[in-house]
Amino acid sequence: MSERILDINKLSVTFGGLHALRDLDFHVDEGEIVGVIGPNGAGKTTFFNMISGMVAPTSGEILFEGKSLLGLDPNQVTARGIARTFQNVRLFANMTIAENVMVAQHCRTKQGVWGSLFNTRAFRQEEREIREHAEKVLGFFGTRLIGYRLEQPASVLSYANRRRLEIARAMATKSRLLLLDEPVAGMNPMESAELTGLIGKLRSEWGFTIVMIEHDMNVVRDVSDRVVCLDHGETLAQGSFEEVSSNPDVIEAYLGRPLEKKTT
Amino acid sequence: MSDLISNDMTEDGSNELVDRGAFDLDWNRVGRMGALAALAMWFVSLSGMPVDLDSRAIIDPDLSLGYLALVVIPVIFGWLVGNEVVLEGMAATKRGPRDVVAGAAVGLLSGLATAILLVLINNFDIRDPLVNWSPDLLSLLTFGRSNAFGIFVWLLLSAVLGVAGASLRLLAPRIRRAIIVVLVSVLSMSIFQAVIDDLFGAIDPLIDLLYAKTGGLTRQGAIVIAVVSGGLSLTGRGRIKAARDDYAAKTGPERTRQTAIMLAITTVLLIVLPFFTGKIINELLANVGIFLLLALGLNIVVGLAGILDLGYVAFFAVGGYTTAVLTAARPGESWPDWLPHTPWIVALLITIVIAAMVGLFIGAPVIRMRGDYLAIVTLGFGEIIRILFLSDWLNGFFGGAQGIINIPAAEFGFIGEVSGVSPRSVFYLVLVFAAIAIYASWRLERSRLGRAWMAIREDESVAEAMGINTVNAKLMAFVVGAVLASFAGAIFSAKVGSIFPSSFLILISIIILVVVIVGGMGNILGVIVGAVVLIGILGGPRQPGLLTEFSEYKLLIYGALLIWMMLQRPEGLVPNVRRSRELHQEEFLQDAWLKGEVDHDDGTPGDGVDPDGGTEVAPA
Repeated sequence: MSERILDINKLSVTFGGLHALRDLDFHVDEGEIVGVIGPNGAGKTTFFNMISGMVAPTSGEILFEGKSLLGLDPNQVTARGIARTFQNVRLFANMTIAENVMVAQHCRTKQGVWGSLFNTRAFRQEEREIREHAEKVLGFFGTRLIGYRLEQPASVLSYANRRRLEIARAMATKSRLLLLDEPVAGMNPMESAELTGLIGKLRSEWGFTIVMIEHDMNVVRDVSDRVVCLDHGETLAQGSFEEVSSNPDVIEAYLGRPLEKKTT
Repeated sequence: MSDLISNDMTEDGSNELVDRGAFDLDWNRVGRMGALAALAMWFVSLSGMPVDLDSRAIIDPDLSLGYLALVVIPVIFGWLVGNEVVLEGMAATKRGPRDVVAGAAVGLLSGLATAILLVLINNFDIRDPLVNWSPDLLSLLTFGRSNAFGIFVWLLLSAVLGVAGASLRLLAPRIRRAIIVVLVSVLSMSIFQAVIDDLFGAIDPLIDLLYAKTGGLTRQGAIVIAVVSGGLSLTGRGRIKAARDDYAAKTGPERTRQTAIMLAITTVLLIVLPFFTGKIINELLANVGIFLLLALGLNIVVGLAGILDLGYVAFFAVGGYTTAVLTAARPGESWPDWLPHTPWIVALLITIVIAAMVGLFIGAPVIRMRGDYLAIVTLGFGEIIRILFLSDWLNGFFGGAQGIINIPAAEFGFIGEVSGVSPRSVFYLVLVFAAIAIYASWRLERSRLGRAWMAIREDESVAEAMGINTVNAKLMAFVVGAVLASFAGAIFSAKVGSIFPSSFLILISIIILVVVIVGGMGNILGVIVGAVVLIGILGGPRQPGLLTEFSEYKLLIYGALLIWMMLQRPEGLVPNVRRSRELHQEEFLQDAWLKGEVDHDDGTPGDGVDPDGGTEVAPA
C-alpha cells in the first residue's frame, strides 16, 4: 500500500518570467487518492501538463515507479501508465463513443498495417479484446454510456456524460495512475455525488491510483486520502482534508486576509 | 445527408407565408445579382470558351457546348435571385409572380450586358490585351447574322432563361427534380457519346436515332432521352432512395451478401467493359484508373490521417523513375554495370521498397509539423524531387530534361504484356492495383491504425496524451500513401514508355487533391466518383477527357468547381459520414435532437432535450 508510485522533487517551470511552479515537492503512494486544490492560476493544470509530458519542466525531477519521466513525449508517459482527463473536456467529438474508448488502448496494442491488411487471426483477436475492454470500461458508468449509444458520436452527449466518457477514455489506457482534472466541474450536486462514489470505486474495484484537481470541496472531502493545496506554484499545505481546510494560509489564499489581521 | 444542406425550408410548410405584390422586390438584390450575371457573361465570353467549345455540339444544330456555357448563366442567376434564407418560425414570402419578375429582371440585365459587349466588339478593337475580343466571338454572339438580330435575341433569350431559372422554384419538388433529371440526362448522354457509340455501335438504328453524324444528339434523340428520363424520374420517384435506405438498414450477413453481389456485378462489368469500348475510351479508362490510384493513396494521407500533403506527386515520380531505371535498356550512362535489368514485376517490388524508404525519408522531418506549415513543406519537397530528376548533377542517372526513354512493356509471362500500345491491358493492370488500394483503404480505416488517424485528425495533442505515437502513426499514413503512388508511377512508366521530369509537375498534386476534395474526402466511393467525373469527363493535366474541347479551360473549370464545392458542399460529392458531421455539426446535432438522441440534462440518454449538452461543441 505504501509503495511510492509518483515522486516529484523540486519541480519548477517558468514561462518567460512567470513561475508557474516553484520547487514543488509532491508524492503519491500506490492506491492513494490525492486531491489537489488551490485558487485559480495556482498552477494545478500546469502541474498535470508537466506530469503528462505536455510541458517540459525547467528544473526538477519526476519519478514514476522509480524511473524518471523527464524528456518523455506525452504518449510515452501514457505508455508508462499515467493517463489524464482535461479540464475543458477534449473528446474526439466526431468519433463514436465506443471509438473514443477503443482508440485509448492504442499504446497497449500493437497490430499494424500488415495485421489489418491481411486480417490475421492475431488482428481479429486483438480487435475483439479492444472492443470488449471498451465495453467493460463504459459499463462502469452504468447505463449512461452503454447500449445503443456506443455507435453514436460523442458530440450528442450531455456535458456530464462527456466528463464521464473522458474518464472512461483515461481508464481504457490501462494505466495505473489517473490524473483527473476537475472531474465534476459543471455537474449538478446529484451527479457529482454519484461521480464521487465512482471515483472511490476506481480505486477499490479497478485498482487505480488517483490524483484529482477539484474545486468542489464536498467531493474533495469525501474521496481524498490526502489533500495538497497549491498557490502561486508552491505547496501551501498538505495533509488530511480537515488539516488543510483549517490551515490559515489556505484560507487566506482562497478568501484573502481576515480583516482583524490588518489592524494589528 | 442531403437533407442537411437544404436551405429551402418553405417546402415543409412550417413557416407562415406572406403574400407580396409582383413588383414588391428587393431591387437592390436584383440589381446585384444582375450585375454578377452580367460580369459572368462578359468573363465567360472573353475567356474564349464559347468560341472554342462551339465545335462541340450538344444537340446537333441547336445547341453547342459554347452556347451552353453562355446560356446557363441567366438560368443560374435567375435561380439564385430567388434564394431566400428562411429561418424557422419566421415569416417567409410566398412564391409567385414576384420570383418570375425577379428572374426576368436578372436575365434581362445579363442579356443587356451581352448586347453591350456585342456593340463594343463591333466598334472597338482591343484584341491586343484581350485575345478573345475577336470577330469569331462577334459572329458567335450575333448567331452569324446582323448585330440587331443578335441584340434582340440575347435580350429576349436571357430574360426567358432568367424566368426559367426562377420558375424552377415555383414548381413542385417532384416536377423540379424531373426537369433537372431530364437536363442532366440529355447533357450526359451527349457527353458520353463516344462511350455509347463504342458500346452500342452494333445497333445502328439506335445510334442513328440518337446521334448526329457530326457529333452531338439529334433533335429527336434529345426528345427521346428527355421523355424517357423524365418518365423514369416521375414514375420511379423514391424507389432508388427506398432501395438505398433498405440497404442501409440491413445489418449482418444479409448486408454482407448484398454488398458482395454488388461488388461482383461491378467487377464483372469493369472486366467486360473494355472489350466493347474502343481504343480511345480504353485509354481514357486507363488514365482515370491511374489518377484514381493516386487519389486513393492521397485519400489515406489527407482523408484518413488529415495530413495535407501538397507534394504527393513526388512519390508518383519516384515510382515512375525507379521502375524506368530498373526496366529500361539504357537508363543512363552513370549507372554501374551491375545494375540489374529486371522485368517489370520485379522492378515493382523494388519500387515499393524504395518508395516506402523515400516516404520515410521525406516524412520523418516533415511529419512533426502541423497544418499549414506541413502543407508548405510538402509542397517544397514535391518540387525538390522533380528538380533533382531534372538536374544536371543527376543527369547521368535520370537523363535530365531528356528523361528516360525506351521503357519496355510490363511482361506477365503467358498472360501477356502491358504497354501503351494496348490501353485495355493497362486498364486491367490499373484495375488490379486500384482494387488493392481500395481494399487497403477499407481495411486500414477500420483498424487500430485507422482509429488512431481519426483521433489525430480531430485533436492531435489529445491523441498524443491518450498514448498514440502520433509521429509513427502519421508516418505510417505517409508511407502507405507513398507506396500506392509508386504503383501508379510504375504503371505510368510502362504505359507511356518514357518519362520526363515534366510528367511530374506540382499541378498533378493539386489535381489529385481536387479529385479527392470534390469526390468526398475520406470516402472511397467519393474518390472514385471524383476521379471519374474530373479525369474522365474534364481530363487530367495532360490527358484529354470526354470533353476534349475543355483541355484549355480545364483548370478554370477545376477552380470554379472547387470554389463552388467549398461554398456549397465542402464534404464532397459523396461525403464521408464523419466529415459531413464535422462540417455540419450544428445541423447534425439538430437532427439528433429532433430524433431524441441527445442527452437529458441529468445525463439520462435518449428521449429528450438538453439545451446545454446538445448544441455546444466541445472546445478544441
